[in-house]
Amino acid sequence: MWTAVLVGCAACYLLKVSGFVVPHRLLEDPRVVRAAAVLPVALLAGLIAVQTFATGRALAVDVRVAGLAAAIAAAWLRAPFLVVVVAGAATTAALRAIG
Amino acid sequence: MRDEAVRRERRGILRDALAIGLTTGGYAISFGALGVTTGLSVLQTCLLSLLMFTGASQFALVGVLANGGSALSAAATAALVGSRNALYALRMAPLLAVRGMRRALSAHLVIDESTAMAVARDGDPPQGRFAFFATGLSIFACWNLGTLAGALGGQALGDPETYGLDVAATAAFVALLWPQARDRTTRAAALVAAAVALCVVPLLPTGAPVMVGALVAVAIALGRDRRRR
Repeated sequence: MWTAVLVGCAACYLLKVSGFVVPHRLLEDPRVVRAAAVLPVALLAGLIAVQTFATGRALAVDVRVAGLAAAIAAAWLRAPFLVVVVAGAATTAALRAIG
Repeated sequence: MRDEAVRRERRGILRDALAIGLTTGGYAISFGALGVTTGLSVLQTCLLSLLMFTGASQFALVGVLANGGSALSAAATAALVGSRNALYALRMAPLLAVRGMRRALSAHLVIDESTAMAVARDGDPPQGRFAFFATGLSIFACWNLGTLAGALGGQALGDPETYGLDVAATAAFVALLWPQARDRTTRAAALVAAAVALCVVPLLPTGAPVMVGALVAVAIALGRDRRRR
């Protein structure tokens, strides 16, 4: 756990500092701009998929899918951040409590 | 007259910065609770908010660990998610024009919200700088207090699955992703990344599929740009 915390923190901080240090021309390269725009979105989408359908290295469809659907519905209705989070968690918790 | 207008605008910036801070504070409470229920200590959870200080990366790190991923894949995923901050810093460098120690401290405040608030005042550098620091510091205070409250509360909760907290992180990613996935190319990249990640889940160690999916999606997006030119 400590390795993840410390290595992760150091890497994230160095990324922030690197933007202050590298030459500004880099922003003029459309590939850099495109990659930087796509990468976070792609990672978030991957995390959503894996956290919903994977348990370790096995794939499964369970009550988490309903929680994800509730969160997507809330986001689609332009609900504020916390409402999206609570919709996902509460739906999952309610379904787990029932069955 | 001009002074009065500047002051009025600054009050508006402070109000916005405080509102953004309070909102992220609520979000930090869920991060704190999720951190300790994943198996991090209260200290580790709070250090993440103090030292990493970039929300999506923190949720990503905790998410990979919760799913049984290795420490290094968790740290690498967090770093990849945080790579956008490098671009933000690149954008902020000429505006802030700070050196030495002040530069090292300002860099820490480079996140989505502080950059967005500064960029929105692009034509007025002093106000842009003010917005950057007001937003960054407001979020820094609320984010860390929220994390501490959530971590202490989360300890009392017990099994995170009872409360659907495992899906809270997923829902947080949906909320972060939604406003960014406006154009078709970005949405396509999101779907490709999700599909590829799921396909390789049985084949690769936990934590790696998300990175592989994202790299494939970025490669496809760059390839399409090239063909278009």
